Amino acid sequence: MHADPKGVLTGVHFLDGDHACCEGTLAAGARFAAGYPITPSTEVVERFAWRIPTVGGIFIQMEDELAASIAIAGAVWGGAKAFTVTSGPGFSLMMEHIGYAAITETPCVFVNVQRGGPSTGLPTLPAQADMMQAKWGSHGDYGIIALCPNSPQECFDLTVTAFNLAEEFRVPVMMMLDECVGHMTEKVVIPEAGKIEIRPRNFTRKPPAEFRPFSTDETLVPEMVKAGDGYRFHVTGLTHDERGYPSMTVDTQDRLVNRLVDKLEPFTNGRAIFEAENLDDAEVVVLSYGITSRVAQRAIQLAREQGVKAGKFRIISAWPFPERHIRDLAGRVKAFVVPELNLGQMVREVERSAGGKAKVISVPHAGGTVHQPEVILKAIVEAAR
Amino acid sequence: MNSSTLAPERTAPPDPRSPAADPQVQNPVEKLLRMDRMPHIWCPGCGIGTTVNCFARALEASKLNLDKVAVVSGIGCTGRVAGYAALDSFHTTHGRAIPFATGLKLANPELSVVVYSGDGDLFAIGGNHFIHAARRNMDLKVICVNNLTYAMTGGQTAPTTPGQVISATSPYGVFEPSFNLVQLAEAAGAAYVARWTTYHVKQLSRSMEDVLKKKGFCFIEVISPCPTLYQRRNKMGDGLDTMKFYKEVSKVRNGAPTGECALTKSGEIVVGKFVDRERPDYFELLKAQMTASLGDRYAEPEVSCCSEC
Repeated sequence: MHADPKGVLTGVHFLDGDHACCEGTLAAGARFAAGYPITPSTEVVERFAWRIPTVGGIFIQMEDELAASIAIAGAVWGGAKAFTVTSGPGFSLMMEHIGYAAITETPCVFVNVQRGGPSTGLPTLPAQADMMQAKWGSHGDYGIIALCPNSPQECFDLTVTAFNLAEEFRVPVMMMLDECVGHMTEKVVIPEAGKIEIRPRNFTRKPPAEFRPFSTDETLVPEMVKAGDGYRFHVTGLTHDERGYPSMTVDTQDRLVNRLVDKLEPFTNGRAIFEAENLDDAEVVVLSYGITSRVAQRAIQLAREQGVKAGKFRIISAWPFPERHIRDLAGRVKAFVVPELNLGQMVREVERSAGGKAKVISVPHAGGTVHQPEVILKAIVEAAR
Repeated sequence: MNSSTLAPERTAPPDPRSPAADPQVQNPVEKLLRMDRMPHIWCPGCGIGTTVNCFARALEASKLNLDKVAVVSGIGCTGRVAGYAALDSFHTTHGRAIPFATGLKLANPELSVVVYSGDGDLFAIGGNHFIHAARRNMDLKVICVNNLTYAMTGGQTAPTTPGQVISATSPYGVFEPSFNLVQLAEAAGAAYVARWTTYHVKQLSRSMEDVLKKKGFCFIEVISPCPTLYQRRNKMGDGLDTMKFYKEVSKVRNGAPTGECALTKSGEIVVGKFVDRERPDYFELLKAQMTASLGDRYAEPEVSCCSEC
């Protein structure tokens, strides 16, 4: 189906990433947001609070991030598309409800505009140091999707994608911005509503007597219901059977947890989102994401000018990690150079995927600003030797 | 209830000639329970089942469309109530039943949303959410089964545990002051505040029926025994002894100032309806403010997605 025109601000705009992300939520059909103020992410919900009363929906500023991150789950089970927005310390507080969304298969979106950490860290300055937290931050095994925009335009586009993927796979989807992307202002083109594809919620058509809330077909993704429709269903964060009833058996745990991970298989194999350039003849591939990819772009250009065959692989969907693509590339390139605004997080995934078939060089940065292109260039040149 | 209901013959196995033994006679609350999940997890003498019985009777009496009633629980013994209610039900995370219920209610305002949880869940880990939902006058009905302890985890001290009580984490006696929940609820802005014990089943059912019909943030505290972990550890007997204790020490004082209703280990338990007032609820305040600021441009929330699917 197409986007509801009521929420779509069609036209050419000059927006920062946070505001573009907000427009993405509205275009995607989100009519419920709960948030708690935290720099540098608050602008997303500030704009939502300004826009939503004329679109028709709810913004509520909750008393903390735990409340915001569970209020969206309540709203989803009430029938809404819903999201919350945060950064560093707030993201840490939301971990329990990322796990709750995962085990209850509540489709929702968490926007994290990353800043320097740990703890209060650098509230106004960029980092990309929550990448592992996005994947592993809540306890237990489960699957999530994480997307990394590198421009305000992508903040809009990928936010729509995030909501669509949340509905398709019934997982929490993380929008992993960083302070630079969140606060960078650029041209953003918002298409007409009729040109924006929206995935509707997969509400069951089965009558209540035949419906088992967590039974699945071969997609491994159960159909949804919402409160108030006569299904009298139960949702719990405990390990549960197909009826949604708590079941503390090894067998139920095995089936449920494996399914929570396995249902993302179609995304992992064949749906990874990335941008590749100059890979045909590349000897060195610079693998980057978010704001760092824009610095890497300059480094690659400088390397090419020096005659070094450098290529670009920009991760857009960071989780599930695009393992197969890296494995394929590893067989035919000399090295991967991985700059990130952290002390080496996604580089471990690159190493694991490359399986020793190519050198993997980390270009770490503790955050607070972006890399100098020359630092990445130096790593590319050394890797090519 | 009169004292004859506490007579021993009522707790004995049913007479085979009595209607209770007749398979054709159904317990009137069964249709409100998930009978396929019985037996429940609660201990003999626990008061939670009694409150659920009262809740089921209140639901029946309220004549509400039960497809439009949702129950939200947190974690703990009372947190399991949601799982036994044959309604749309949500067993959330520890302390977060109220913010979950807030999202549910705002997304789907035609629902009556009941939060059913314990004292530790609602007032320790979830205390902040309680006061803010009361402040907003969110249209939620909060039923707190207060057994004065963390029962599910083995009888540790709760913010409600009275002084001098022995608990798993206060082996030498509780010395921290405890919360007076009804005073807290009134101060935070609740539109309705009542307290009963599990001895007061008729009054409790009536209060539950009241709040199902009342708009705004409503709070009912139910003092309830935990014979396994509270009464036994404090040499207060079993479930029946606790009923006798409640009968002896409870005093009905409707409209009593909530500041005078603090609980002690073995002193008076003031019960009754303390607060019943009109305050505009969250939705009314939202609509009034937006209409004043935006006039015709204000669009009433249509939060539910893709109604055609």
